[in-house]
Amino acid sequence: MATDGNASLIRAYRADHGRILAALIGQFRDFDLAEDALAEAFGRAAELWPKDPPRNPAGWLLTVARNIALDWVRKTARRNRPDLLAAAADFATPQPEAEPRIDEVADDRLRLIFTCCHPALSQEAQVALTLKTLAGLTVTEIARAFVIAPGALARRLTRAKAKIRDAGIPYQVPQARDLPERLPQVLAVIYLIYNEGYAATEGRDLTRADLAEEAIRLARLLHGLLPDPEVQGLLALLLHHDARRPARSDAASAVITLENQDRRKWDRTRMAEARGHLLRALEARRPGPYQIQAAISALHNEAPSWGETDWSQIAGLYAALEVQAPNPVVTLNRAVAVLETGALETATNLIASVAEALQDYLPFYIARAELHRRRAAPKAARADLTRAVALSRNAAETDFLTARIAAL
Amino acid sequence: MQYIALIYWDEASPEHVPEDVIEQYGVYTQDIIARGKFKAGDALQPTDTATCIRIRDGKRRVIDGPFAETKEQLGGYYLLECDNLDDAIETAAGIPTAKYGTIEVRPIRIYGD
Repeated sequence: MATDGNASLIRAYRADHGRILAALIGQFRDFDLAEDALAEAFGRAAELWPKDPPRNPAGWLLTVARNIALDWVRKTARRNRPDLLAAAADFATPQPEAEPRIDEVADDRLRLIFTCCHPALSQEAQVALTLKTLAGLTVTEIARAFVIAPGALARRLTRAKAKIRDAGIPYQVPQARDLPERLPQVLAVIYLIYNEGYAATEGRDLTRADLAEEAIRLARLLHGLLPDPEVQGLLALLLHHDARRPARSDAASAVITLENQDRRKWDRTRMAEARGHLLRALEARRPGPYQIQAAISALHNEAPSWGETDWSQIAGLYAALEVQAPNPVVTLNRAVAVLETGALETATNLIASVAEALQDYLPFYIARAELHRRRAAPKAARADLTRAVALSRNAAETDFLTARIAAL
Repeated sequence: MQYIALIYWDEASPEHVPEDVIEQYGVYTQDIIARGKFKAGDALQPTDTATCIRIRDGKRRVIDGPFAETKEQLGGYYLLECDNLDDAIETAAGIPTAKYGTIEVRPIRIYGD
C-alpha cells in the first residue's frame, strides 16, 4: 500500500502540479500563496497517502491546497483586514467526497504561460518562472541546470513575482489581435529551455537532458491548449532535434556533430511524430520561423548521410528564414548549405557578409575553414580552426577541432 | 505658469531618508494645497515595477526595467487610468514619441492598502 501512495504522489506531481497551481493562482491571484499552499498539500499527501491513497489524487491535492490557502487568507485577514475575514467565511469548506476531478476544473495553464512569459519580465525571469510554476521544477534544479547560484535564482523569482503583483501584469490569455506579438515570446522561452538542455556548453549532461525533456513537455502542453501552426512547428522542431540525441554524444560524453553522427542511432519514433506534426502545421499555410526550422531539421533527419542531404532545399529554406527572422547566424547556416551544394562563389559572399557580426562565434570559423579547404587554401583553413580552438569552451569540441587541423 | 517638480532619490538606500518622511510629505502637501500651489502629485512604485515601450519600424518592443538611456531626456507625462499593465502598455504605445523615444510606465503607489 505504501508504495502505491508514493507512486501516485510522484505521478500526481509530474502530471498535475502545473494544472493545480494554475487553478490556485487563478482563484487567489497570488503566486506565493498558491505555491506555498500546494507545497503544503504535497507535504500532507506524503504523510497521508502511503496509509490511505486517495481515489482522485489531483482533486485531493487541489481541495486540500485550496483549504490551506483559505485558512492562511483568514489568518492574515484576522490580523490586518477584518473585512476580508468575512469574505473568506463565504467559501464553504469542500467535503472530501466533493473533490473535483482535475479534468473538470477549468484549465488555467494557458493564462499562466502568458503571465510567466510576459514581455515586461526579463527573459531570464520568464524562463525561471515557467520552469518553476508550469514544469514544477525546484529552485535547486533550475539553478543547477542554468549553472547559477540558487540564491540568485530565488531572488530573480521573487522579483518577478513582485513585479507581476505590483505592476499589475494580468492573469489572462492575450486577445487574438495581440497574439502575434505575445506568442513568439512564449515559444522563445520554450526553445531557449530546450537549447539550454541540448547545447551543453557547460554543466552536467544529466540535468541538461532533463531540461530538453521539460521543453518538449511544455511544447506539447502549449500545443494541446492553443492550436496554432507555429506552436506545432516548434513541437516538430524540438522532436526532430531530440531524435538525434542518442547519437549526439559518445560513451565519454563527447559531443558528436551532425556530420559525424551514426544515423542508425536516431530515434525513428520521435522522427515520425515530428514529421506528423510538421505536415499538419504546414496545412494551415502560415509558415513561420519554427515551421521553417522544423522543415530544415526534417530534411537533415531524412537524409541517409551528410553527403546525400538535400542541401539546395535546405539553402532555400534558410533563405526563407532570413526573410522572416533576419539574423547573421541564419545567414551563416545558409552559407554552409550553399557551400555543400558546391556554389563556392555564393558561399564566399554570404560568409564575408557576416564576418564582422560573428567575429566571436565559433561555428563561423569552422564554416570559413571548410570554405578555405575547398578552395585549396589550407593555411587560411588552419588559421580559422586555430581561432575556433581558442573560442572553444569544452574539451570534446577542442579534440574535434584539433583532429580537423591534423586532417588538413 | 505651471511647473512640474520631479522627485529623484536613491531607492536602493532608503536609510538615507528619515523614518517620518511620509508624515513630512503629508505636511508639505497640505501646505501647498493651502497656498493654492498644488495641482496633482503621487508617489511611484519602485523601479522594479517599471516597463519601457518603444516602437521601431512599426513593431512594439516591451522591455523589463526603468528608462536608462542617457541620450534621451524627459519630455512630458500622462497620468493614465488603466485596468492592468497590458492596458497601460497598449494605451502608452499610442503616445507619438514612442516611435522616436521611450515611454516608461510605472504604477502609482496607492497608500492605505
